[in-house]
Amino acid sequence: MNIGILVNEGPYTHEASDSAYQFCKAALASGHQIQRVFFYHDGVNNASRLTEPPQDDRHIVNRWSKLAADHKVDLVVCVAAALRRGIKDENLAAGFRISGLGQLIESSIQADRMVTFGD
Amino acid sequence: MSEATVKKIMYVNRKAPYGTIYALESLEVVLIAAAFDQDVSLVFMDDGVYQLKKGHQTKGIETKNFQPTYRALDDYDVNKLYVEKEALEARGLSEEDMCVPVEVLSAAEIGKLMEQQDVLLSF
Amino acid sequence: MLHIVNKSPLERNTLDSCLAAAQPGAALLLIEDGVYAATRGNRAEGKLRAAAQRLDIYVLAPDLDARGMGQSLAEGIKTTDYAGFVELVTKHKNCQSWL
Repeated sequence: MNIGILVNEGPYTHEASDSAYQFCKAALASGHQIQRVFFYHDGVNNASRLTEPPQDDRHIVNRWSKLAADHKVDLVVCVAAALRRGIKDENLAAGFRISGLGQLIESSIQADRMVTFGD
Repeated sequence: MSEATVKKIMYVNRKAPYGTIYALESLEVVLIAAAFDQDVSLVFMDDGVYQLKKGHQTKGIETKNFQPTYRALDDYDVNKLYVEKEALEARGLSEEDMCVPVEVLSAAEIGKLMEQQDVLLSF
Repeated sequence: MLHIVNKSPLERNTLDSCLAAAQPGAALLLIEDGVYAATRGNRAEGKLRAAAQRLDIYVLAPDLDARGMGQSLAEGIKTTDYAGFVELVTKHKNCQSWL
């Protein structure tokens, strides 16, 4: 099955991004496809290349980047939400791309299921 | 994308405006979604009903008043707006307090509508 | 359909809102802080067990364990893991996250 994901919260403050990541990992392990992960609201902060957590903590941003590299998952950051919060191409982490809200709607239409993670 | 695909997409709004950005950014999604010719509906539950409370005056907090945008939704053919009856009652509000025409439904009736959707997006 | 609740029942009214709307036969998955509702002695326990008569209720075990509540699960409530979460999503037509 093709599953679309919406992440509405940034990393570390809220568990949403962790839950979404664990869900994606489990879905891929079960043989499903992640059609797209769309980052909205403060969720766009998951794409900041400047993120540096302490060494004994998980690296949420790199974890998403690796998921994109290993499984060709499309990680899309909403342009309007990103510009509001200072996320631009120059500080965008690997595997993410910036695009419009239309990508979220398209995902809703194309995916078999849509799951939202947020506050 | 197949042009024949029309999905029932419901936007669920349960948060008050201005205290957080969710209401505004949710509305931005709805405006974009209108261009995709899907079967769109909006539901306002819990504090989400405050988004439609008439008479927002945001000068004092130097924030954009986005209430006029709700009134523009009809121009985008987004006209299925549902408001939760229990949420209005719990907040001392009635249908007359809403800034746009809405259909008032009980939580259970909204639950039934949710069952019929292909996609539910909540912010 | 599948309902997902991620808020503690003592902090927000999310669980109540979900239970008021959820139709008989639907599934409910408690994740993140939502798992506290399914623990013994929580004020929401009775409400949740009553809802279990008409809804198929699950708790995400990794979130329960993370909070030291692995041994405190209320009677009659099932646990699942992330793979089970995925299965719940795929076997139901749609899902609503009560954010």
